[in-house]
Amino acid sequence: MLENRKWVIIGVFCLVGLTYLARLFYLQVLDDTYSLGASKNSIKRVVEIPYRGQIYDRNNQLIVYNTPVYDLYVTPKQVRIPDTVAFCRMMNITTSEFDSIMGLAKNYSPVKPSLFMRQLSKEDFARIQDALVDYRGFEPVISSMRTYPAHTMANALGYVSEISKKQLEEQDILYYRQGDYVGHNGLEEQYEEQLRGKRGVKFMMQNVRGVNKGSWKNGAYDTLAVAGQNLITGIDVEVQKYADSLMQNKVGAVLAVEPATGEILVSVSAPTYDPNMLSSRYFSKNYRALIKNPYKPLINRPVMASYRPGSTFKLIQALIAQQQGSLFPNTMYGHSGSPMRCHCRGGNNLRGAVQNSCNPYFYHVFRKFLYFNGEHNTFKASAIGLKEWHSMAEKFGIGARLGIDLPSELKGNLPTPEYYDKAYRGALRWKFSNVYSLSIGEGELLISPLKLVNLAATIANRGWYITPHYIKGFNKPGVGVPAEYFERHETGIDYKHFLPVIDGMRAAVSHGTVTPLANIEGIDLCGKTGTSQNNKYGHKFDHSIFIGFAPMNNPKIAVAVFVENAGWGGKAAASVAALVAERYLKRKTEAKKLDEQVKAANYLPPVSRVPAPKKPAAPKKDTVRKTPEAKPLMTATSPKPVAVAAASGH
Amino acid sequence: MGWLNVYAAVYSPEDHTNLFDMTTNAGKQMMWIGTTVLLIICILVINHKFFDSFAYVFYAFMILMLLLVLVAGSNINGSRSWFKFGAFQIQPAEFAKVATALALAKYLDVPGMNLGRTKELLRIGGIIVLPCILILASNETGSTLVFASFVIMLYREGLPGWIPALGISVAALFVLALVFPKLYIFAGIIVLYGIIVLLMPRYNRTTRNLLSMAMIGAAMMALVTGVDFFVNNVLQKHQRNRIKVLVDPTIDPLGVGWNVTQAKIAIGSGRLQGKGFLEGTQTKFDFVPEQSTDFIFCTIGEEHGFIGSTIVIALFIGLLSRIVILAEKQRSKFARVYGYCVAGIIFFHVMVNIGMTIGLMPVIGIPLPFFSYGGSSLWSFSILLFIFLRLDSRRTALMRR
Repeated sequence: MLENRKWVIIGVFCLVGLTYLARLFYLQVLDDTYSLGASKNSIKRVVEIPYRGQIYDRNNQLIVYNTPVYDLYVTPKQVRIPDTVAFCRMMNITTSEFDSIMGLAKNYSPVKPSLFMRQLSKEDFARIQDALVDYRGFEPVISSMRTYPAHTMANALGYVSEISKKQLEEQDILYYRQGDYVGHNGLEEQYEEQLRGKRGVKFMMQNVRGVNKGSWKNGAYDTLAVAGQNLITGIDVEVQKYADSLMQNKVGAVLAVEPATGEILVSVSAPTYDPNMLSSRYFSKNYRALIKNPYKPLINRPVMASYRPGSTFKLIQALIAQQQGSLFPNTMYGHSGSPMRCHCRGGNNLRGAVQNSCNPYFYHVFRKFLYFNGEHNTFKASAIGLKEWHSMAEKFGIGARLGIDLPSELKGNLPTPEYYDKAYRGALRWKFSNVYSLSIGEGELLISPLKLVNLAATIANRGWYITPHYIKGFNKPGVGVPAEYFERHETGIDYKHFLPVIDGMRAAVSHGTVTPLANIEGIDLCGKTGTSQNNKYGHKFDHSIFIGFAPMNNPKIAVAVFVENAGWGGKAAASVAALVAERYLKRKTEAKKLDEQVKAANYLPPVSRVPAPKKPAAPKKDTVRKTPEAKPLMTATSPKPVAVAAASGH
Repeated sequence: MGWLNVYAAVYSPEDHTNLFDMTTNAGKQMMWIGTTVLLIICILVINHKFFDSFAYVFYAFMILMLLLVLVAGSNINGSRSWFKFGAFQIQPAEFAKVATALALAKYLDVPGMNLGRTKELLRIGGIIVLPCILILASNETGSTLVFASFVIMLYREGLPGWIPALGISVAALFVLALVFPKLYIFAGIIVLYGIIVLLMPRYNRTTRNLLSMAMIGAAMMALVTGVDFFVNNVLQKHQRNRIKVLVDPTIDPLGVGWNVTQAKIAIGSGRLQGKGFLEGTQTKFDFVPEQSTDFIFCTIGEEHGFIGSTIVIALFIGLLSRIVILAEKQRSKFARVYGYCVAGIIFFHVMVNIGMTIGLMPVIGIPLPFFSYGGSSLWSFSILLFIFLRLDSRRTALMRR
């Protein structure tokens, strides 16, 4: 009886064994969730960050490259520091900073390395390298830092810094991780994808504490990092630097493009800053200082500032009125019947009106334009005329984004009939007499320097433009340029209508509104001055504007200059434009006297009169703003139903 | 005839040492194996009468050691159960099993012993429980539970069937009470009661029988309620979690659950054929905690896959069956009882150890015989097994004569 119990016992043994085998079969053969868990567990992806692409100018000069720097990592558990005070003195940090960094590192992991100090320069590193041997637990890791040998064009280039939390969360494709560097603003942001290259991935085996145990399967699944592409820009660094020097102590912008290609040659935003400031490890300190600067050096004025175009807009008025058929080159208007004042003697034809920037002339031109339709009711006629005016002016790229390869372009404003309907609370409640200030580029017009240089290029090309752009190619000129930067945009203005306007522009420089010194011999500059009203401090502080191109035939450079608070457009802006054009065309500056004069001029408004950085107001719908206080010094964005009557044009 | 056992015993440690070529434990384990061989030789040359005669002495000595370790032992992981000799440590609890098995065998060897008698049962219970209490006092719950394995031997020797049945049902109810809401269990008990009553032969359905069955049902319900109340109301939160984790490790994925999850990941990643010898990523990089001791089976599962684990389990079942069959053949009752003790102890270890790595058993820290790193356990299992072989060789010698 009892002997038979052995079978019960053996049966129990076998039962348990079979149960376990079934379970093992399920775990090991049927269910693969656990095997996936294993690879997640012990195999770690180590990401290799490739070198970011460098940036060149059109003559193959380096604008941006990468310098090797050293990030110092600390592994808290291995740290042995005999004398913390001496160590801190060597590292140039305070003991409390040291404590907080170490605390963070310990919190992260006592056995994994975490960042102790980033971007030590080669010099700094050489200084501490020997001493570092005595301090265990610190490990330098080579990394790279953006360096700007030309010290220029900070605003257009943007900067490279750690990815923000918001950006991390808003990625479409999960590419970036915390702590990654990413281009911010400017070209660095625009061409981020090409510049950053492709990250490589190495699969490393590690144990539970994250300590590396060699590569997995001898690197069979590793991918190599692909270095970023080098961006070749159309910038001419030499001229750019020269333009920088001209814009010292001034607020404003200089933009120059090659009319035939739309390539931007010069892009100055003044005041600016040294781009190296934002690439070092003092980024946050420097950034804060720049944000607080009352002259707002972080704004990229060529695309982000909005001005009223002033008299420069008369060029568009002249062109579209001719195209409409309401203006002929020999049409003459006097000063009578116009509420505007003028400096010239009056009685000009179109050439003379452009040369002398005659306000009443263009008052009449615009009046004729708006009423140049069958409608007798002036309210209705104004609405129809303004609509036509809008559609023709629009073709010059006014009132919309041009599509430059920068992320922060502003739209500006080109008023439509609906705009005034809204401003006057109903249709047909306004007419020419309410909007006539548009005729001389005042009123509700808003325009960026970029659009004006595009206008200059359009006139230089006699009727078409290619969207201004920085890119000339990736690695080689012409490679990888978006197709839109080869596309010709027609303005719909006949060739012949440009001739009297260009004649007038040439005359404006040679013996018109432009200061005689700026008529530099041998460059054959054609241009138009503008003085954008700035009533804030009185007319003395109007913005000085000049657009032009050179030489007159087969133009090589179109240029637009804004100098804020510099008054009369014929002097400050025109001088800068002439010097920039001369330097570009002749590769040297012969107009020494003008050069000295411009460099000596200081048009910075006194800090006390600069409006304190305002809290960012609710941004307008049609504006794209990256920096919170992106308002330029002088920006009139609120519609004024009745334009200021007094306007000047030289 | 003992060749299979010897083969199993020798094969396993060899497999095991190879696994540990990588770790620092490997060298030590080699040394342990060397000393084990010496021990085996000693055991095999000693007269079989020796074990018979000195069984109580061993037992008394081990009890003394267990007492001593409580006072003089070194504290490791909160349990005071190790003697330290320089770099080496010995855990007397491991050897207490051997001594207890011998003592039980000796006690049951007396002719006319009847396990049906309560008095005898109590005495035997005393022999088992005494070391249990001492080991429990040194905070080694796992080793204590091993003593439950003597039930297998007692069952063979005539223990009434209801005692293990009671034990199993109480344990099952305890686990059920932790896993399911008690109302479900109540319903289950009532349904079971109804089924049994329906299946009962009509003439057996006396009021007395029905009443006693109802009493049993009520007792079960009371037990469930008691467990439920005890766990949820009496115990502190962390203690409650510790018990719940035994049943459902997933509620604590980074604590105890971590061990089990990692063990399952390691074993699961082995697939059918395994990653190959020394290719395991999980176990080699310490993802599985205590992988060289309690979770050694993970290494086998990961590196040798399902095939490897099948072979290991088959070997253990073969060894156990072999011991049981050999035990049955013994002339002396002493040897037979001892043989069953050996089978029971090994079975319990294997069941719990492998069970916990594959998530079928709660995590109880006991080693896998012949596989796990650790001198004490290797020594104790070798002594355990080879004393039995020595006794068995006595039998074959007699047969030859």
